[in-house]
Amino acid sequence: MERHFDEELRDLHQDIIKMGTFAEEAIARSVEALRAQDKVLAQSVIDQDVRVDDLEIIIDEKCLDLIARHQPMARDLRFIATGMRLNAELERIADLAVDISERVLDIADKPLIKPLVDIPRLSVIAQKMVKTAIDSFINRDGELAKGVILMDSEADTLKRNIEHEVVHGYIVKDGSVAPRAVPLILISRHLERICDHATNIAEDVVYMVKGEVVKHHPERL
Amino acid sequence: MAKIVTQDLKLWYGNFQALKSVNASFEAQMITAIIGPSGCGKSTLLRVLNRMNDLTEGVRTEGQVLVDGNNILGDGADLVTLRKKVGMVFQRPNPFPLSIYENIAFGERIHTGRVKRDVMDEIVERGLKSVLLWDELKDKLKSSAMSLSLEQKQRLCIARLIAVKPDVLLMDEPCSTLDPQATARIEELMYELKRDYTIIIVTHSMQQAARISDDTGFMLLGELVEFGKTKDIFTAPKDKRTEDYITGRYG
Repeated sequence: MERHFDEELRDLHQDIIKMGTFAEEAIARSVEALRAQDKVLAQSVIDQDVRVDDLEIIIDEKCLDLIARHQPMARDLRFIATGMRLNAELERIADLAVDISERVLDIADKPLIKPLVDIPRLSVIAQKMVKTAIDSFINRDGELAKGVILMDSEADTLKRNIEHEVVHGYIVKDGSVAPRAVPLILISRHLERICDHATNIAEDVVYMVKGEVVKHHPERL
Repeated sequence: MAKIVTQDLKLWYGNFQALKSVNASFEAQMITAIIGPSGCGKSTLLRVLNRMNDLTEGVRTEGQVLVDGNNILGDGADLVTLRKKVGMVFQRPNPFPLSIYENIAFGERIHTGRVKRDVMDEIVERGLKSVLLWDELKDKLKSSAMSLSLEQKQRLCIARLIAVKPDVLLMDEPCSTLDPQATARIEELMYELKRDYTIIIVTHSMQQAARISDDTGFMLLGELVEFGKTKDIFTAPKDKRTEDYITGRYG
């Protein structure tokens, strides 16, 4: 039986997809700005973050409104609760893309201390995790979401490798490279945090679809 | 600990089977809500727990209802004792056309016979205090119970039950005639009462079931489709029929 409520839920679903698209775009552009050392592109990520902030407030208000008016239960409740959490996660992802862009502005005028190898790899994983997490939400696919959670360890390993390489391969040997080296460490951390947020989204999607709490319970995957 | 257990409980009204192999366990000092669409058998299930259905012609049951381990559907069941132990609150409050005092005293007189005035005064006071009516009504105990508001009448009916010291309170839509504020106050009362009583409530309001119960059972077409912790039933029910009903997709 189609309910009037379903139309409002679809509207919320569309808004969350739009939020996901904004977040994905922000990561893609910040990563491209880093690759191309493109300050204009980096600045555009920072400038466009206001779209994400505005949409975050709209989605939050819609979720609260739906809860207040419809007192949702079961899968409707799980969907709205997940929508609220995804909203916050996606906003943080977009903020981290802004952080990456700010680091790009810090280093764009200076030569790189080394060719970037692992950071592009990490950025590919981060983008893939975010995209897959959002796809799992769109398609209500718990198994796809579980796959995202399993990708996170690779991101953690790459971040540790990058930190180790930059600190011990460059900063320890020559402290004067620190202003160009530290932003690379920060960028790797930002990317790794994006992966963590994608993991959170995936955990929330598993709950939304299956009603199972897998957060902090890797054995349930 | 289970206070009431139904085992493979079936009930027919003539040829119509109203309960189909119901297996449920109602825990002591908890509120259990039974929900489901009209005609699903939830009131029938409630009524069989103190054999109110015996009053309906053509009723036949199979299976067992164990109250404290004793089958109340057995031939030797003592119905007076059963109904003292397992009392019922109805949809519309039904005080006797007597004074407030006599409404509470009535059960004690039936079960015990003559009672000294001071002992009865204490029973009435305790009964009215247990439903938070004492302060409102202590100066008009001789007034007719029919002059009370709907909410007060329902509280009085609960006090009348409590006065005979039951273990179990069965409540059949006890708030359906009350406004939201009165409903909220009755729900608060139920929450207080569950410390001492096992409460089983039939309700059409899923929000009410979600708010006040510890366990919830969903019934459909005489079948107990799902029974479990209220928080699980209302967030992640296992059966699609339960989910469709509580999200308003049923039908």
